[in-house]
Amino acid sequence: MKNAANARKSENSARPPCNIVVAGLGGQGVLTATDIIADVALRAGFDVKKSEIKGMSQRGGSVTCDIRFGGQIHSPMVPAGEADFLLVLEPTQLEPNRHVLRAGGVTIEPSVIDADKLPQKKMLNVALLGALSAHLSMAEQEWLDSVGSAFAPKFFEENRQAFLLGRASHNKNVHER
Amino acid sequence: MDDGNKLLLSGDEAIALAGWHAGVALGAGYPGTPSTEILENFSKLGGRAQWSPNEKVALEVAIGAAFGGARAMATMKHVGLNVASDPLFTVAYTGVAGALVIVSADDPGMHSSQNEQDNRHYAVAAGVPMLEPSDSQEAYDFMLAAIEISERWKIPVLLRATTRVCHSSTVVRPRGQRDTPKATNFVRDLKARVMVPGHARPAHRRLRQKLSEISAWNEDCALNRVVPGGKSLGIITSGISFMHAREAAPEARVLKLGFTHPLPLRKIAEFAAGVERCVVIEEGDPYLVEAIRAAGISVSGKPEMYRFGELDVTRVRRILRADTSPEPAPPPGKPPQLCEACSYRIVFDSLRRHNCIVAGDIGCYTLGVLQPFEAIDSCVCMGASLGVGLGLRHVLPPDQACRVVSVIGDSTFVHSGISGLIEMAYNPPPDGHVVIILDNSTTAMTGHQEHPGTGRNLKHEPTGKVVIEDLARSCGIRRVQVIEPRVGSDAFEQALTEALKSRELAVIIARRPCILIAKELKEYEKRRQCQEIGELCAPAV
Repeated sequence: MKNAANARKSENSARPPCNIVVAGLGGQGVLTATDIIADVALRAGFDVKKSEIKGMSQRGGSVTCDIRFGGQIHSPMVPAGEADFLLVLEPTQLEPNRHVLRAGGVTIEPSVIDADKLPQKKMLNVALLGALSAHLSMAEQEWLDSVGSAFAPKFFEENRQAFLLGRASHNKNVHER
Repeated sequence: MDDGNKLLLSGDEAIALAGWHAGVALGAGYPGTPSTEILENFSKLGGRAQWSPNEKVALEVAIGAAFGGARAMATMKHVGLNVASDPLFTVAYTGVAGALVIVSADDPGMHSSQNEQDNRHYAVAAGVPMLEPSDSQEAYDFMLAAIEISERWKIPVLLRATTRVCHSSTVVRPRGQRDTPKATNFVRDLKARVMVPGHARPAHRRLRQKLSEISAWNEDCALNRVVPGGKSLGIITSGISFMHAREAAPEARVLKLGFTHPLPLRKIAEFAAGVERCVVIEEGDPYLVEAIRAAGISVSGKPEMYRFGELDVTRVRRILRADTSPEPAPPPGKPPQLCEACSYRIVFDSLRRHNCIVAGDIGCYTLGVLQPFEAIDSCVCMGASLGVGLGLRHVLPPDQACRVVSVIGDSTFVHSGISGLIEMAYNPPPDGHVVIILDNSTTAMTGHQEHPGTGRNLKHEPTGKVVIEDLARSCGIRRVQVIEPRVGSDAFEQALTEALKSRELAVIIARRPCILIAKELKEYEKRRQCQEIGELCAPAV
């Protein structure tokens, strides 16, 4: 079992970069969402870099965070037009950030989640991570481990539900560009 | 995020961890994006970290610790080093007994700053060694190296990082064990430490001698390295630009400079001679390219348009193509604004109603310049509201002069507004002046750090408190009022009307805690009361 995991880790260390941009407004959980992606990727044996601009985040301004993982990552910033995924937590942040996507890049936006089914409104970020996770190689349990360690244990069950809601939703809703 | 010995750390966290592992006895600073998290994390790790009233004091405290034989660090954002530059230039002469590292966190592109000055010039101007990390692993390694260099040559060292190093998280493998802090001891050395002219003249020569030795040592220093590649393109680079360049031109041979003052010019000449085309890729001012060319080495730099803002992979590709076509404008994001329930909104409404000419300052309240208020007429640097307001009062025609008001926050006031207040008492304008101190009991803009006016230290524990109204009165200001700005109350409006009419020197303190930390403030207050009573209360969770 351990050998298989190690073999996969060394395979992952040779992958080309996967580029993700997470965008939203201050207070929506952009930074937490990106921390979780970084944690999953690091545990899977990838090189990981993440870059955030958060100086004004608490004043409700736009917040974007770049995350890249793969064999060897150089720049911590996703070059414009090279993002594989753009995850937005707030519909107004889609258009201003669309230019980061590569041709064929995938957007993941709040409309893919049935908000009425969210255990708590503020768990939208975790639900959108669920939708993102369906596109990536890391296993469901690995994601849940990272979600679990990002929040207090008492919120785990609700976050798990939010994550699985998003993960189940992607097939019918993802907009390919 | 720990995978064995592998951590995902921001550059700031890595510097803090290296400081901790190196047994740094004291870290002092003033909060400022993107440097703030260094001391916060150093404190969390168990280090002795403290916010000083401003960067000058922070550096002086660190100098004292280093005179006493300790390893010390002072942290600040780029503009903070302007404030601390006075001690910087002379501690380069005195040298230190222990180790002294000054961390300057620059902000190219001005994500959260009033200018994008390039602090590499300070290393040259003051004559101190400078290291520039490119990622968090190097932030960790270079902090350790900076301490070693400082101790070896008894010289302060500048560790210069930028926003994308400080606030990017990358993998770090720390060395693990922690050095025991060195035993401290004061050794009297008047000629080295007392910079009167007779001592300073030889001290300057000693400094230049040290730099010349360091320069020779740097030629073979492992902090500068060559990444192999073809010889058709060579790139000389440092800091975050190295990362962008590696991605933009993976085929290029790269001389990556980590130790960037004094420069290893022989190594640079050899590298440039070994490639067909040699391009210098650097963010900000043309520091490297000018120094390299001045040494007679032929290299090309970047077109002037790339002096402005940050570099990234796309821009580096353009520089390598010598592409000067206009760049696409970044799409507008949503600008930040004063919080919906911020009490400062009441103040800015009043200032608009009175058609005031507002000399503003640095903090959340600078957002008062945006719609719907547009109520700030100047913002220069920390503390400038006082001096600028007074200058305007002195020269404007009376109908304008009587509308001039200085607006400054509590943390900024303690940082460098106090001397402006003394100026006001000493050189009062003929028709008086009105200073509004917006006191929300925290340094809000940088993420709610404490300051001497809150009565709590970096760890939010009770300590001595500067009472702003008492301080103003002790400067000789007779009209000092404390007002709580509230929706539905006209107390602030009245106070402003009367102060403007009075033609006296007036200080109005608009005091109401920042709504974003209302909960924390209650917790701190409870802790303080517990401490006063003794052990009757349960410890805070």
